[in-house]
Amino acid sequence: MQISKVVEKMQPSGIRAFFDLVLGMKEVISLGVGEPDFVTPWQIREAGIYSLEQGFTSYTSNKGLYKLRLGIHRYLKNKFGLEYCPDEEILITVGVSEGLDLVLRAIINPGDKILIPVPSYVSYGPVTELAGGLPVYIDTSKNGFKITPELLRRHIDKKVKAIVLNYPINPTGISYRRKELEEINRVLLKHKILCISDEVYGDLTYDFSHTAFPTLPDAKKGTVYFNGFSKAYAMTGWRVGFACGPKEIIAAMTKIHQYTIMCVSITSQMAAAEALVSGKRSVEQMKREYNRRRQLMTTELNSLGLKCSRPQGAFYIFPSIKSTGLSSMDFSRKLLEEQKVAVVPGTAFGSCCEGYIRISYASSLDNLKEALARIKKFLEKRR
Amino acid sequence: MDEILEILEKDGRASVEDIAKMMRKKPDEVKKAIKKYEKEGAILKYKAVINKDFVKDNESEVRALIEVNIVPQKDLGFDKIAERIYSFPEVTSCYLISGTYDLLVVVEGKNLHTVSNFVAEKLSCLENVRGTATHFLLKKYKEDGVILKRKSENQRIAISY
Repeated sequence: MQISKVVEKMQPSGIRAFFDLVLGMKEVISLGVGEPDFVTPWQIREAGIYSLEQGFTSYTSNKGLYKLRLGIHRYLKNKFGLEYCPDEEILITVGVSEGLDLVLRAIINPGDKILIPVPSYVSYGPVTELAGGLPVYIDTSKNGFKITPELLRRHIDKKVKAIVLNYPINPTGISYRRKELEEINRVLLKHKILCISDEVYGDLTYDFSHTAFPTLPDAKKGTVYFNGFSKAYAMTGWRVGFACGPKEIIAAMTKIHQYTIMCVSITSQMAAAEALVSGKRSVEQMKREYNRRRQLMTTELNSLGLKCSRPQGAFYIFPSIKSTGLSSMDFSRKLLEEQKVAVVPGTAFGSCCEGYIRISYASSLDNLKEALARIKKFLEKRR
Repeated sequence: MDEILEILEKDGRASVEDIAKMMRKKPDEVKKAIKKYEKEGAILKYKAVINKDFVKDNESEVRALIEVNIVPQKDLGFDKIAERIYSFPEVTSCYLISGTYDLLVVVEGKNLHTVSNFVAEKLSCLENVRGTATHFLLKKYKEDGVILKRKSENQRIAISY
């Protein structure tokens, strides 16, 4: 059977092989995980169980449970002063991943260009291609992994329809302050470029308060805002995210969603609704814990000679391994084979990230300390 | 609450160096703060939380929660009589409680006999103690925020984006 050409060229094979190697090994300390090490807080799990006991086992409205959309409406209003209508401007999706797929398919006509600052989360490019668009990667590695108005302008032409912005950034943990976002927004407004804003790590911002992109001046009508429950509430396996934006875009996304997904699992939606009601304290506790690990990891990695700037959000840190002379892939493979510590090669997030690795500190303090000791051994052997 | 206390309350063995790194402070600063807490009595002691179900040569032990009704003393209220009760080494915890009785006393002993002896011969006959109700503890599930169960294995897959 001839596989679709677009699909055939997806996913760099080297990374896949490395992932398989990790998954086949036992007793590995993993700093390669893109999810919290906490279990979903009990009151949220309990709400899921209770909904099953009550017999909530049906489909929901395509857009998602009204109760949950209303909860999201209130959350955004209280947190950012943002007003999205729960009837027309909010859609519940299977994690942010599905939402991004929907928005790209909803807006792209063949040949449209989508700007993607790299390093970036791995799905943006492939999903753009699947939708018939052309991803335009913007290398930010020489600008401290941040997009700037100049960099942005250099990549804009008539074919550019949207940008996929993500902050705090997976894999670097770097985020933007309000002023920087305002400058970016001015360029986007001028060129009428849609901002697809993936803010799934927004609640895990440490040094300053997170700015939601649609709160910027005149930004709301040109932004689709994405967030979800996976990271902040430690709910990755429940698969619940949401998209908020102008009603014509949300309506177009809902059309695709109703044919491909129908609706998110009702159990998950019930649990997510509870998360918004009673989860705030748990989020704060987890955030404090991540913050301590962040401080420790930044200090320790730098003192080992793996230079990295202090991340401002998420639970990732992105040190340079250039001092070892190894490539990202070789470093990761050797570290795994010799010391049984798993990290993700930077190149998984864009070819410009050769010389970097992604370390996730969503792991217990004891694990992190043991991993650091092993990395130290690994480096000493090479001096 | 100061973050140093928050960290130590979770892990009494957290080292000064680690706390300093987690809080981006100098080790000396952290050390000084801890010394101060110890001196002021905010930190009373450090101990391990032991699940005795997993201790092999554990001598059997009986615990009882005892509700104690008391006649408060003039000028002293409950404090004086509470002191007389909690000073017994058999008493592991002692709380003043609102509601139908006054003190909740937790007592530990080798067996039912020693505990009931303590109640009958020491506790009930104290002047000012009006009455007691003893509840023997059958099973401990969670204590001081710690679930008394072996931790389950981490089920996350080892690598993901």
